[in-house]
Amino acid sequence: MKKTLLVCLLTLTLLASACTPAEPGTLIVMTHSSFDVSEEVVAAFESQYNAKVQFIASGDTGSALNKAILSADNPVADVFYGVDNTFLSRALAENIFEAYHSPLLEGIPDEFRLDPEDRALPVDYGDVCLNYDIAYFADRGLQPPQNLEDLLLPEYRGMLVVQDPASSSPGLAFLLATIARFGTDGYLPYWQGLVENDVKVVSDWTNAYYAEFTRWGGAYPVVVSYSSSPAFELIEAEEPMATPPTAAITADGACFRQVEFVGILRGTPNRRLAEQWVDFMLSTTFQEDMPFQMYVFPVNPEAALDQAFVDFLTNPLAPGFLPPADIAANRETWINAWREAVLK
Amino acid sequence: MKLRRLLTTGLLWLVPLAFLGLFYFRPLAAILGLSLGRSTEGWAAPLLEALTSPTTGRVLGFTVGQAALSTLLTLCLGLPGAYLLARFQFCGKGLLQALMGLPFVMPTLVVASAFNALLGPRGWVNLALMEIGGFEQPPIEFTNSLVAILVAHVFYNTTIILRMVGDFWSHLDPRLGQAATLLGATPWQRLRHVTLPLLAPAITAAALLVFLFDFTSFGVILILGGPQYATLEVEIYYQTISLFNLPMAAALSLLQLACTLLLSIVYARLSARAARPIALRPQSYTQRPLTSWRSRLLAGALVAFLLAFFTLPLGALALRSFTRLEPDRGQRETAAGLTLDFYEELTVNRRNSLFYIPPVRAVQVSLGYAAITMLLALALGLPASWALARDPDALLNRLLDPLLMLPLGTSAVTLGLGLIISLDEPPLDLRASWMLVPLAHTLVAFPFVVRSLTPALRSIRPRLRQAAAVLGASPRQAFRHIDLPLIGRALLVAATFAFTISLGEFGATSLIARPEYPTVPVAIYQFLSRPGGLNYGQAMALSTILMCITGAGMLVIERFRVAQVGEF
Repeated sequence: MKKTLLVCLLTLTLLASACTPAEPGTLIVMTHSSFDVSEEVVAAFESQYNAKVQFIASGDTGSALNKAILSADNPVADVFYGVDNTFLSRALAENIFEAYHSPLLEGIPDEFRLDPEDRALPVDYGDVCLNYDIAYFADRGLQPPQNLEDLLLPEYRGMLVVQDPASSSPGLAFLLATIARFGTDGYLPYWQGLVENDVKVVSDWTNAYYAEFTRWGGAYPVVVSYSSSPAFELIEAEEPMATPPTAAITADGACFRQVEFVGILRGTPNRRLAEQWVDFMLSTTFQEDMPFQMYVFPVNPEAALDQAFVDFLTNPLAPGFLPPADIAANRETWINAWREAVLK
Repeated sequence: MKLRRLLTTGLLWLVPLAFLGLFYFRPLAAILGLSLGRSTEGWAAPLLEALTSPTTGRVLGFTVGQAALSTLLTLCLGLPGAYLLARFQFCGKGLLQALMGLPFVMPTLVVASAFNALLGPRGWVNLALMEIGGFEQPPIEFTNSLVAILVAHVFYNTTIILRMVGDFWSHLDPRLGQAATLLGATPWQRLRHVTLPLLAPAITAAALLVFLFDFTSFGVILILGGPQYATLEVEIYYQTISLFNLPMAAALSLLQLACTLLLSIVYARLSARAARPIALRPQSYTQRPLTSWRSRLLAGALVAFLLAFFTLPLGALALRSFTRLEPDRGQRETAAGLTLDFYEELTVNRRNSLFYIPPVRAVQVSLGYAAITMLLALALGLPASWALARDPDALLNRLLDPLLMLPLGTSAVTLGLGLIISLDEPPLDLRASWMLVPLAHTLVAFPFVVRSLTPALRSIRPRLRQAAAVLGASPRQAFRHIDLPLIGRALLVAATFAFTISLGEFGATSLIARPEYPTVPVAIYQFLSRPGGLNYGQAMALSTILMCITGAGMLVIERFRVAQVGEF
């Protein structure tokens, strides 16, 4: 018994010693768990500003944002990166960020600057688009679908797999693409059409892509994924290949653009260092590093893209767009109406 | 005398309660209070809304129904298996036991892809049936069905029945049954009137744990069941993360906790009534080799079924990690030989990522967390179960017993957020600390430890302790030389559960793990969330590594002999 007590006391002492406060010059950056960055990029920042950067990852985008909101009274970090345009309004309504008018914002196109008060600053974007399996259609001598409307045609019956917008971020983005394209009156009839054409719904991207998509042995040759996925099929291939085995459908309105933001958390004691980090994230050094690390693309037009993306990334000409405030106000209604129409 | 007893019971509770209070009840109260406080119409409104909404009724009904059905099926498979493992000697038993424990740690996404490789629309079984039976369409629709949910739950949780009931059963004195037979009891009467009543404490404890796991199921429901199914746990996640309706999420969390509490109270009543001191016997005494042809055939069939059910999906997965399977042309799959590429790729930091960690490091991190969890959970669970066992009628025990199960009925996202908002003041500002991970794991492992140890401790005849006392042993000596050796097996079972729970936990871990110290399941999810053959292959390779270290860990724990006195 004494031993047990001893062990427990020891553990408690250990616990107490494990929580040393952040030293001066340490910047804590909170992110979602898809965040990644090259060693040398962070090292460059650390040596330039004589600082140490510590990262805290917190699950998916929604979980990370909740964590930031719930700890707003006593922030766990100085900077929060990773809130996207589908969640932006929640972050702004909860007032977790301090405004920062970074000098680098000037070079960034207006389409990305969704917060006029500069509390949330755009860092990167990615487009959620339909992907198709090139070989599947080639083998059957069938023309791949070109846009959202094509998927209602009988020749594409039983070919599309999508994710549930309630549990999946690309799933939500695709629902928003259809709302942007067909309007709040037209999206439900469109989805009813998809249901009649035997659309398959699964809960998450991984299952849709690696279990249901024909490219990976499933039965559905069209899947909701990202415009970057074909390029990564090439880059992350088991065997080197000449061209990607999949392609994205990037016709007008067929994609939805996700923009991710960074912001300085309210009440940070390291405001200056936090500003420097935000500037750094918008600079070409960081922006050029993002595509390979996080599969997202720079908002800074001066950042150069790797040749693989120049060759194999099709940028949608006119991705769907909805104001973040509309998304926040209607998220529940839209998702519930969708579930009613598609899952019942 | 009575006061002293009470005092000892109180003392035993001190550390476990302090731990639970600090790391479970306070965070839980903090998050629930904060969430309900955000309601604009007062804290009672969301509760009322949740309780009266037809959606909640439907979700609750499904949650309870599928959990009950899953538990029943798990018992149907687990009890015959437990009998086999408990009563007979045959070679490879330890390995079989370890194999059946492997699913427990596997991430749901990986298990889903394993089942898909077997039973999916293009899985082996369907392909074979289409070949043989000449079906046009895949005849078996497995994924996105209730059947998939039930099968996955049985797959995950049978090991709980096997270990908890099997180990208890293996120490029951077979002479009781033999006496019944001599007195003319049929095998059915013997089972009904002798064996089952004796096993009742272990069976109810194991069934309760299985039920709670199924009741709070998340990944299995979403991924194998599909979007049309939702448990309370899934609904809590949706309300919290997707809709940010925290008051509603808190109301549903409370509902889930209330169900857990109710169940635990019923359990505590049942188990207190079912417990009786019995003579436990060493395994060498209770087990016999399979002699008759009939028993060999039956045992062989059962082992073959268990092996097929547990190793085929996992084997398919391991095989996949060594196979190049670039399906180059749509439907045609071209398996092009064996490869170690994915394992080699794991050791390369190709993108020069800051958060890259070599597989050896990831394994070390996971094993480190698992070891700390095991020690913490045992250090907390042993005094708690001892207190429960020595004085089951004490009011304190009757009150505390059901509360111990609550961590199992708490949604991972609620607990994760609670830990973050409540542990935010020095000296306990653990929000950015790696210690948070083993602490959260310990909360889940603790009920398992208590439920494994208590039935064993309760079954010790008080006369043994009294005899020791008469012979001059101090309570400590009596514990050391009587109780500890007698519960040796149960301790190993408890340790194994704590170890495997920590290795496999994902929900809370993903919320609180530091990116430089990811556990193996967190690393697997990272790979699975990115497109490309190398990523998928590496996820499979890492899953195979996880299976190997889990299996090895369980075999090592089996080798421990508590208190150096042999088994008894």
